[in-house]
Amino acid sequence: MTMQSSTETTILNVSRRKFLKQLGIGSGALVLATALPGLSPVYAADNLAGKANYEVGKAEHALNIFVSLDTDGTTSIVCHRSEMGQGIRTTVPQIIADEMQALWSNVFVVQGQADKAYGQQNTAGSSSIRGQFTRLRQIGAAVRHMLEQAAANQWQVAINEVTANQHVVINNITGEKLSFGELAIAASQLEAPELTTMKLKDIKDFNYIGKEVKLFDLEDIVAGEAIYSHDVQLPNMLIASIQRPPVVGGVVKSFDDAEAKKVTGVVAVIQLKPNTFPFRTNPLGGVAVLAKNTWAAQEGRKKLKIVWDNGEHASYNTANFSDELIKKVNQPGKSIRSAGDVYAHTYDPDRTVEATYSVPHINHSPMETEAATAWLQGKDKSATLTIWAGTQNPQGAQNLAAKECGIDVNQVTLNIPLMGGAFGRKSKPDFILEAVQLAKQVNVPVKVIWTREDDIKHGFYHSISANYMKAELVDQSKTEHGSNKVADYWIQRVAYPPIGWLFNGKQTRPNANDLSLGFADTPFQLDNLQYETQEASSHVRPGWVRAVSDINNGFAQGSFVDELAVKANMSARQMWLELLGSDRYVDLKQGGFKYNNAGLNPTEYPVDTKRLKDTLNLVCDKANVEEKTAQNEAWGISVIRSFGSYVAAATKVRVVNKQVKILEMHTAIDCGITVTPDRVIAQMEGAMVFSLSITLMGGISVKDGAVEQSNFHDSPVTRMNQSPPMFVHLVESEHPPGGVGEPGIPPIIPSITNAIYRASGIRIRHLPVNKELSV
Amino acid sequence: MIKFKVNNEDVSLDVAEEMPLLYAIRDELQLTGTKFGCGAGQCGACTVHIDGVAMRSCITPVSYAANKKITTIEGLDPENNHSVQISWREYKVPQCGYCQVGQIMSAAAMLIQNKAPTDDDIDTAMQGNICRCGTYVRIKKAIKHAAMLNKEKTVGEV
Repeated sequence: MTMQSSTETTILNVSRRKFLKQLGIGSGALVLATALPGLSPVYAADNLAGKANYEVGKAEHALNIFVSLDTDGTTSIVCHRSEMGQGIRTTVPQIIADEMQALWSNVFVVQGQADKAYGQQNTAGSSSIRGQFTRLRQIGAAVRHMLEQAAANQWQVAINEVTANQHVVINNITGEKLSFGELAIAASQLEAPELTTMKLKDIKDFNYIGKEVKLFDLEDIVAGEAIYSHDVQLPNMLIASIQRPPVVGGVVKSFDDAEAKKVTGVVAVIQLKPNTFPFRTNPLGGVAVLAKNTWAAQEGRKKLKIVWDNGEHASYNTANFSDELIKKVNQPGKSIRSAGDVYAHTYDPDRTVEATYSVPHINHSPMETEAATAWLQGKDKSATLTIWAGTQNPQGAQNLAAKECGIDVNQVTLNIPLMGGAFGRKSKPDFILEAVQLAKQVNVPVKVIWTREDDIKHGFYHSISANYMKAELVDQSKTEHGSNKVADYWIQRVAYPPIGWLFNGKQTRPNANDLSLGFADTPFQLDNLQYETQEASSHVRPGWVRAVSDINNGFAQGSFVDELAVKANMSARQMWLELLGSDRYVDLKQGGFKYNNAGLNPTEYPVDTKRLKDTLNLVCDKANVEEKTAQNEAWGISVIRSFGSYVAAATKVRVVNKQVKILEMHTAIDCGITVTPDRVIAQMEGAMVFSLSITLMGGISVKDGAVEQSNFHDSPVTRMNQSPPMFVHLVESEHPPGGVGEPGIPPIIPSITNAIYRASGIRIRHLPVNKELSV
Repeated sequence: MIKFKVNNEDVSLDVAEEMPLLYAIRDELQLTGTKFGCGAGQCGACTVHIDGVAMRSCITPVSYAANKKITTIEGLDPENNHSVQISWREYKVPQCGYCQVGQIMSAAAMLIQNKAPTDDDIDTAMQGNICRCGTYVRIKKAIKHAAMLNKEKTVGEV
């Protein structure tokens, strides 16, 4: 990033609370910003969208683009990542405030808009902290350096004679003090230092990182004052409800809107342009009803008479497709990693386990359905576009919106309210572009709101998949194998329509990045292994769902290890420990695979078998998985390294008369340094509930190209009565931070099905469980 | 014209009788604390109190509210210090927060009926409120804490 000196800067002190009080609306955080003389700072929320504290805070004229100071010491820190419940709006300021030696009670968060100056904003891949921890610390340290330099200048001493601490700079010689507020103007006029030269704190000196702090949005949420995309209200705004093609790639042949237009409140009916292949993240097309309120838009939409041409994907049926995938992975495929020779080996059936697992399409189903508001003002090339949309990928949406309007990206202002859940869905901007397309055709703001049926029927689904696994237990009586291995001759195959197909319409096999998620990165000591892919083309829009292909790969691997343990007549824990073998960094280049490591530097983030074993042992010990359980009750476990973190899970179930009851769940995570421990715990709790949904009753089925489910009654998610007592165990660690949002899912899913097997003898290889058992 | 009270204020709306109360509250009265989640009474995000009883505003026609008292999150407590809200903050219940208003309204209504709910009571009363982020374990703890706060308050008043 660039840091600018800002000699032209004056510091404005804007009390947001005062602003909002004047508007007669609720309170929020203070907003501070600096601006060029003669220019007022622009606050999207001030006169437009009400209570959300997602205002602009474009602080390029402040100490740096992330941090602005007021003369009373009030400190605003930009969160440039999108909040969807993971607590990032607290975590980013926590890191910066720690290094800048700020007093937490003086710190307020300002939601950054889409702006490439912030660097990477795509809030996906559990990457906010693991990808940006050091940079955010450097940004905080640079602010501290500038404040110390300003103080040193004033006292005419060297910078190493002063120390910043708790919002003041102290003169080490005289003991004099200057507050951050008193230094704000002078500091903001200094040349910003090179970030990489900044000295960072020792871990033991952290004030906020790893400590409990007040969560920024908690009070607003509990008061009902937090603003989500659904809540954006603008003068003269129209609400749009859109009837989309039931089959991906379908187009409107003709439509009759006469009845729709008779509904009181309906203002316009607009046909959207059809989506074209490859589908990418573009809108699906269809017909939009625009009205003065949500109800009128939805009622008008119900009265549309549309004739569709469903197109080539209308022959898609998931029931057949799943069977085809299962057949494919039972045949040799294209090798992606190979060592030794499994095919020359004669397997001993008494020591061989062979299994095929499958997972259906899965929808994100965030509680807040997709919604976005767009307002195009002015004409043609000089037009400006303002968007309010909870998006995981602000710059991606901003770029596509600019292209849609034929204007420069700088003419698009994208404000990011809180997201009412996302889980990957809101990294795809189709719903935002719908609002933009409609805004081009009316001269008022348009808010597109998806119904729950829209969300379930028009998602970007986790791909339907099949995983095949085969291995042979080593005959310990035969000396040629030695005794340091428990299994070998390991075969894995996978088939599912890859996400790449969405963008290029061509890709039919998972690529190296996809395969690095729990498939090709097996951490076991194996001499003979063969990993292969099979082809599969998509007929719905595939997309990232929390944990992505770690969902199916983690389920397969975690189940298979349990099946090996059963075959070997040993505990699941023992089997895992034997397979993981000695303490070491796993050689993932073995067999010629190009391992992606979730984009992480393999030197900084090796795959460490000791951390895997320690995390597994922690969860087993805490849950006491080897306890003697009642009849029909049992524990299941699994462990994985995912997105740079190590997560182990233990689940206890009871199965009586084919009815599953989840009794207790534990998760242990070693995600390296934790910034906001309570939110890590919350993410693990959430991962347990999310995994219960996938495992027990998840799944989207498609018939004749159209999704069969419609709402929570036929696309259920976990409810409170299905949710058992849950416990999370954090491993204290000084390793660099790993991901948190996603890695909980892959070990938790098989921990549930393994427990079901151990309690009932029923092995669930094909999710969801409720195809065979009541849940 | 449909007349009712919202958060102790008189309201009269000129809207279609069959308009769900949810949209009357959100679009017409611009009280956006109450959320849309499913439109089918399946998820509880839209829960409000009608004459003190928790109801799903997304499937309740606005005409049903005529001459009744509606309480939304904005009117639950003037200082946002209802025992349930205090407990929600204490246990840091919310993640994304979107369903939490509905959860709070359901919990507050339950505690009027049941002063000391057991785990099973809470499961029964709260299973109509979905949280996709998975905050159930904290919701349960927070409800018990709120029950305890209510009890302390009652004892204090005696």
